[in-house]
Amino acid sequence: MGNILITGCPHSGNDAGMLRQIIAGACVESPHLLHVLHILQQKFLHVSETAIREVSAMLALPYSQVEAVVEFYSFFHKTPRGKYDILFSNCICCGYLVDGTDLMAMFGRRLGIVAGRTREDGLVSMDQTSCIGMCDHGAALLVNGMPVTGLDGSLLERIAILIEDRVPLADWPSEWFQIEDSIRMSGMLLDHEMPRGDSLRAMLAFGAEASLNEIIQSGLRGRGGAGFSTGMKWKSCRVAQGAAHYVICNADEGEPGTFKDRVLLHRYADSLFEGMTVCAYLIGANLGYLYLRGEYRYLLPHLQSVLLLRRETSLLGTNICNQPGFSFDVQIVVGAGAYICGEESALIESLEGKRGIPRVRPPFPVSHGYLGQPTVVNNVETFVAAACVVQKGSTWLRAMGDEVSKGSKILSISGNCARPGIYEYPFGVSIRQVLEDCGAADTYAVQVGGPSGVLIGSPEFDRRLGYDDLPTGGAVMVFDKSRDLMAILVNFSRFFSHESCGFCTPCRVGTVLLRDRLDKIFSGRGAQTDLEEILHTARLMKQYSHCGLGQTAANPVLDGLQRFPQVLEKFLLNRDFEPDLDLDKALAEGRRIRKGNDGIACADRGGQ
Amino acid sequence: MTRIRIATTSLAGCFGCHMSLLDMDERLVSILEKAEFDRSPFTDIKHCGSCDIGLVEGGICNEENVHVLREFRKNCKILIAVGACAINGGVPALRNSFQLRACLEEVYLHGEGVENPQIPNDAELPLLLDKVYPIHEVVQVDFYLPGCPPSADQFFRMFNDLISGNEFSLPRKLLHFD
Amino acid sequence: MMKTDNRQDQAARNTITIDGQEIPFQHGQTIIDAALEAGIYIPHLCHRSGLSPHGSCRLCMVDIVDRKETLGDSDRRREGKIQEETRSRSVAACTMPATAGQWIRNNTPELNEARKVITQMLFTEGNHICPSCEHSGNCTLQAVAYYLGMLDGHFPPFFPRRDLDASHPTVMLDRDRCILCELCVRASREADGKNMFAIAGRGTRARLIVNSASGMLADSDIEMHDLAVHVCPVGAILIKEQGYRVPIGQRTFDLHQVEEIDLGKTIPPEMGQK
Repeated sequence: MGNILITGCPHSGNDAGMLRQIIAGACVESPHLLHVLHILQQKFLHVSETAIREVSAMLALPYSQVEAVVEFYSFFHKTPRGKYDILFSNCICCGYLVDGTDLMAMFGRRLGIVAGRTREDGLVSMDQTSCIGMCDHGAALLVNGMPVTGLDGSLLERIAILIEDRVPLADWPSEWFQIEDSIRMSGMLLDHEMPRGDSLRAMLAFGAEASLNEIIQSGLRGRGGAGFSTGMKWKSCRVAQGAAHYVICNADEGEPGTFKDRVLLHRYADSLFEGMTVCAYLIGANLGYLYLRGEYRYLLPHLQSVLLLRRETSLLGTNICNQPGFSFDVQIVVGAGAYICGEESALIESLEGKRGIPRVRPPFPVSHGYLGQPTVVNNVETFVAAACVVQKGSTWLRAMGDEVSKGSKILSISGNCARPGIYEYPFGVSIRQVLEDCGAADTYAVQVGGPSGVLIGSPEFDRRLGYDDLPTGGAVMVFDKSRDLMAILVNFSRFFSHESCGFCTPCRVGTVLLRDRLDKIFSGRGAQTDLEEILHTARLMKQYSHCGLGQTAANPVLDGLQRFPQVLEKFLLNRDFEPDLDLDKALAEGRRIRKGNDGIACADRGGQ
Repeated sequence: MTRIRIATTSLAGCFGCHMSLLDMDERLVSILEKAEFDRSPFTDIKHCGSCDIGLVEGGICNEENVHVLREFRKNCKILIAVGACAINGGVPALRNSFQLRACLEEVYLHGEGVENPQIPNDAELPLLLDKVYPIHEVVQVDFYLPGCPPSADQFFRMFNDLISGNEFSLPRKLLHFD
Repeated sequence: MMKTDNRQDQAARNTITIDGQEIPFQHGQTIIDAALEAGIYIPHLCHRSGLSPHGSCRLCMVDIVDRKETLGDSDRRREGKIQEETRSRSVAACTMPATAGQWIRNNTPELNEARKVITQMLFTEGNHICPSCEHSGNCTLQAVAYYLGMLDGHFPPFFPRRDLDASHPTVMLDRDRCILCELCVRASREADGKNMFAIAGRGTRARLIVNSASGMLADSDIEMHDLAVHVCPVGAILIKEQGYRVPIGQRTFDLHQVEEIDLGKTIPPEMGQK
């Protein structure tokens, strides 16, 4: 935790000499733009215009590119944050509202700060952020990037005292920063003991061609949810022409309600890197990247230590396992708060030091990926599974699951259940079974695959997890009858409007329109026409958006309207039309200026 | 034959749309054979009776605008947003780039040549809204007649369509936003 | 127009079919470029032949029909003689490469309605007050809205507060009207070799920025004759002291339809001047 000591000082953020020194130092570790900006943000609590100029000069990047990146990612700021920067998760399962009290407002009152602002003395700032992947641990926040979970009034009070006393983070109770893995049910993958290097040795003994065939034969499909055949993807990349080939692990699990990668990265990092190394050998790559979501930066020291150990034991580097010519290494790039970077082509853009904007496809990454070269992008679970398949053979995977979906799926289960955590199931398990195992009672609705997935109610609890029924990246959010589903739909719509990259019109504008329309209904000002408006916008976004974000952003509300119409309807006024304009709100400023003299027109107020 | 009753008003507008309507010139005569005006600046009738068509020029910038607009909606079978301001706020909405207080202070406190600077606060003055809004944010609108102003040809076309009971449509050459 | 109802013939001939009209294409060409070359208009704002494809405005969305659809099918469907829905997928014509045998729907009521709504979205998120814009009448956003029969903005306008940059002696930037099409970004990089513009930020906070140390046009290398200055489809990038040389009523889209201009059937005098 040494580098998370309070070092920030906003005042020197404009001192060009000092900036140059810090940038040069950051570049020694990694010259990646996201890394350099992170160091500056940490050191000076913001990235000033002078800093942008210096970075642009020293990294030989256009000024506009650096500025564009600073403004794109949520964790970079152009004005100073506090020495203690608090980010409350606003996730429906690990957010500040999860227990029914507004923890963020409570904390704000205690410290005299409002969300989005830095306190005048510069000591503390507070804001909300999208799901930080702590859904199995209750309400959670990040303080200077370090997660603290299980928040309640008394813990927040203790945090407030430490902040007011200016106690360095390193001296905070260390148990606050311990994140339990909470594996509740393990299966073929999580139970599988794999001695470091076994997969690589098996692959080398078996040969590249045969190993690749084994992965194809196993029926392994991408665990991110889209479900493309992993073996076929690797094969396409292997035969694609290019100056270099790359392996990328997508560890940017930003889908609210998903935290399995957090656990896999913590416990199974070796298997993950082994899977990446296997892939590298099979496609002919010398370099790989792990793109780690910014919210999981606290895992970085651990991951670096695993990489170091693998280098020391000849499992990474040159002549891996004494195989002449088998060279591969992995670099870790940490994101900075942008859900869209979980989309593989946006992730590649981000890796290239740009805004995370999804690319036009075709061409696909297997032929034109990182730096335009053939690239395999898979998620954490897929690489872990691939490593196991190579070691155990294709029959091992095929023994589990069903006809279409082979093997197992690791689920992140959260929400209203007695035992939230990580569960591994063979594909084909029913939602009903999952609910029973996690101790869910009185379940009203289940969000499968996070907000971009499917929202189902009890008549559909016999549906099964798999690529042909309910595909999922792994999130299962359970909502019981105590929950207001409308509040959940509002939460999801805010999430998507916050995370839309802004590239294409239907998503950029549509996510905001949906959010505002749902807010209107939720505030009790909705009418029948508002539902029609929602459908109208939602269908357009689904059909005409550029990427998966826009195409799925309307899923929750569409599912809500289809499966739980009463949830929305109960908020509606008994009339066809209700103005979009909230008159009282629109008059508030005028009233303040007139100091209560409302004028004659008020006699007519309430005319309709 | 009973004549069709038409009401017109200008809210946060400049009366330019009304002027353009009058630009129909002699064609007005043929329209007035089949229609008559209720509340309108042309008649000086102060409140809207039951009408077939309501024409609203201008956006919504104060509380009185809201009130008048609601009266129109309540009394008119067909409500038409006439001109750019009614449709999207138009030129008055340029003030939306500024806070209301800043606008008032600029005009009444810090403006060039202001004597006895004060922000007017007479009871006769309606409360201002924080922004200028299009009318469809306050009431349901049946038709839109864009333009700044819509041309006399557009008005003529619209009246003819509506009076003869045809579906109102604008040919492309009559469609413009300026 | 060649008549065909066999995709294999078409594949051999390197043609695609748009709304029943068979047209040729060159290898590597996008659907929109093939269409425009053949005189078929597909509405678009972020596309310009010669600059790299982008696909952000989504106005050029077309449907690629999966099943073999013969000529006249759409008529027969309208008449109720064909009941089943043809499977189709919507793609951006400006980024999708033309491939032999594609059956494409373009000028359909459904697509034009969606395009109109997308245009309304663009009007809604910016400050498009046509009467106060000196580019009115020369604005492609406006012209496309006319083409699609858009009468109103439909949605509650966002009225965003955006910065104006009038620091440069001859060129100005009014972000109120920017639709984030990135034509200027690409033109500057690819045609002018200057890399003068970029988009920063995310979502509706995305904004056009200038690649200069102060972020202002005055400190940039932009020049009046750069393609980046002329490529703007709206009135976001303007040349100073020219706004009203041609009066309202006599401007490009007062005299011509957008498809005439985009298909190159006529070159308006004021556009040639620029």
